[in-house]
Amino acid sequence: MHFACTGKLHRFFASLRMTGADVRARSQKLSTNTIAVAMSGGVDSSTVAAMLRAEGHTVIGLTMQLWNQRRLAGKEGMPESVQGRCCSLDDVYDARRVAQQIGIPYYVVNHEERFERDVIRPFVEEYVSGRTPIPCSLCNNHLKFDQLLIVAQQIGAERVATGHYARVAFDEARGRWLLKRPADSSKDQTYFLFGLTQEQLSRTIFPLGDMTKPEVRELARHHGLALAEKPDSQEICFVPGGDYKRFIDAYLAEQGEALPDTAGDLVTANGEVIGEHGGIHNFTVGQRKGLGVATGSPLYVIQISGANKQVIVGGEEHLYSRTLRARRVNLIAIDDLREPLRVTVKIRHRHEPAAAMIERTGDDEILATFDEPQRAITPGQAAVFYDGDAVVGGGWIG
Amino acid sequence: MRRIYLDNNATTPVLPEVFEAMRPYFADQFGNASSIHHHGQQTRAAVEDARESVAALLGCRASEVVFTSGGTEADNLAIAGMVGAGDHVITSSIEHHAVLLACKHLEDVGAEVTVLPVDSRSLIDPTDVRRALRPNTKLISVMMANNETGVLQPVSEIGKIAAEAGVYFHADAVQAAGKVAIDVKKIGCHALSISGHKIHAPQGVGALYVRKGTRLQPLFYGGRHERSLRAGTENVPGIVGLGKAAKMAKEALDRGDDHKMAALRDRLQQGILAQVEDAGVNGDGAPRVPNTSNIHFDHIDGEAMVIAMDLKGVAVSTGAACSSGAIEPSHVLVAMGLRTDQARASIRFSLGKQTVAEDIDIALALVPETVARLREISPRYKKQAVSTEA
Repeated sequence: MHFACTGKLHRFFASLRMTGADVRARSQKLSTNTIAVAMSGGVDSSTVAAMLRAEGHTVIGLTMQLWNQRRLAGKEGMPESVQGRCCSLDDVYDARRVAQQIGIPYYVVNHEERFERDVIRPFVEEYVSGRTPIPCSLCNNHLKFDQLLIVAQQIGAERVATGHYARVAFDEARGRWLLKRPADSSKDQTYFLFGLTQEQLSRTIFPLGDMTKPEVRELARHHGLALAEKPDSQEICFVPGGDYKRFIDAYLAEQGEALPDTAGDLVTANGEVIGEHGGIHNFTVGQRKGLGVATGSPLYVIQISGANKQVIVGGEEHLYSRTLRARRVNLIAIDDLREPLRVTVKIRHRHEPAAAMIERTGDDEILATFDEPQRAITPGQAAVFYDGDAVVGGGWIG
Repeated sequence: MRRIYLDNNATTPVLPEVFEAMRPYFADQFGNASSIHHHGQQTRAAVEDARESVAALLGCRASEVVFTSGGTEADNLAIAGMVGAGDHVITSSIEHHAVLLACKHLEDVGAEVTVLPVDSRSLIDPTDVRRALRPNTKLISVMMANNETGVLQPVSEIGKIAAEAGVYFHADAVQAAGKVAIDVKKIGCHALSISGHKIHAPQGVGALYVRKGTRLQPLFYGGRHERSLRAGTENVPGIVGLGKAAKMAKEALDRGDDHKMAALRDRLQQGILAQVEDAGVNGDGAPRVPNTSNIHFDHIDGEAMVIAMDLKGVAVSTGAACSSGAIEPSHVLVAMGLRTDQARASIRFSLGKQTVAEDIDIALALVPETVARLREISPRYKKQAVSTEA
């Protein structure tokens, strides 16, 4: 073999060896268990299905139909047709074709009602309350790793595998399942997975945890999957074009509900009223544009008060805070936080984990105190605590 | 793994004799049945033979049989063919979507539609039909046998009402043909649909009985095939297959094979009910075709049961094939008054000519264990998972 040809080829073969070894190591634990692979019609989950099948596992492909992409099409400015989004006909078609190609049984199971109840509704409610929601974590908690595991068990699969970039491993010393950051930190999805329980982690495999995205695409090509070049979807699956407001308007109109009237005052940190706003849902912490007020220096949204219908603005310096409170906490690496712990914390998906001390301040609340003040800590987002690569746990920023 | 097929209401395998009957008509006798040369004469003869076989199955004249691409086309041809703007149609809430949506489309173009409810056994009350009649009623369309429950409707009574009122009566007999005897004179219908792939003929062929003298607009324009009622070069192999299957179906009915079918179905049904608690037959107490049993198993997810059984090699279904993956529970089961959770927990078992006693044995072994496992899993799992809400 001439590895001298291109570095890319070298890495491809290296990755095959590494991936093969890693998956073999996992497969020793799995033996003849049946694995249900959650297939979205994307490259990642398709490659997972192909890999596990090639390894000799009994694999069942499942797509969870969670949202009807045609439901709000053309309403209130929403696009007429949405293709290439999770749960679209095209994606189900792609997943089904991959399953056929690799020779595994494939089923679509419908959980639209649960998705609407556990993801869409809370998303809308958070948004109209002036918080910035992350539906992906809710989907992971309720659908991907609760409902999916239920379905898998119902049909006889003890474990599920997904295309998430993350790692799961059992730590003998602690006697706990650990969730860890993946090899490709640019694709790290652990931020959205902080809610997984020990039970869920014990039944979940993330075969892509040790691979980079380019390596995954190479592997897809190696398995002859036509969708190896399919672009990744970057946005929330049910919000085409990332336009939250348009989605909320269309959804509320469909439900026959009105957007609550939360128009009120724009106030400074000192409580001085300097203007008006048309609704708290138009703002997010750290926002600079759209305030409708001009002063000498730049103004940012520093807090949104749903109760008072107030949007509090201030200068850049007001955006920084040293603490946050995380509620409805889920712990993974440890069973309980009995004394203060030194960790790094992510306050949003695209954020470099920052050093902090965390301590329990209530039954269900953890206070994080950062070494350095952090910019735009936003209620509604998640705070996820890391110990190096391992996810200690996380909660919702209140 | 030997696969057991208990979803014959979705489709049936082509019988070997039917396949053999079709075989010459692909490469050997291939002429366009309308051509005047030898090749056309050959296939024309085959089409007309098939027409006679279908007519014998339905108790009508050969000239009253129109070949179509299947049951859906036959339903659409009857409904769109007999009803126009300003007309009124009476139909039932348990019809196949081919009928319901064809009627809905008529509403969009200016007709009026009354959809009659059914009782808890999914039976339509003929007096409801009579009461729904209006001066501008043009057509009553009620199915002879329901595809999901197998329940047989009182079509002869409806035929009498139609005759008295001077309105057309169309019966969708797609699920009845080959399972129970059909005599269009006794029923009193003006049109009746059948489908090849439900009676062991191939997919892609069906027929519509059209009583002589009935005015019908075609769906397709083109050649003058089928007495100008259905343009398009005849699907000769398919039609030959339909004819052979119809002939075999008539012979089987005359022999009393339907009793044997019913016995197998009953053994499956009683066997399941004896072993599984909190289960019941949907449509219990109503007359039914001999091959179908639609059973609700409380506290389970029907979709998961179908998948679990498929993975063990037994094919069944929840509701109709065309609705799989749909969010709405079966409109038929809902119309009968089943709660949504019960409708979602219903499984349809439908036998075919090829079903043997061993198939029933295997199903009887698998069903109780699958239901037990599903019932055990859900509450237990819900207790353990910790959900994190926003």
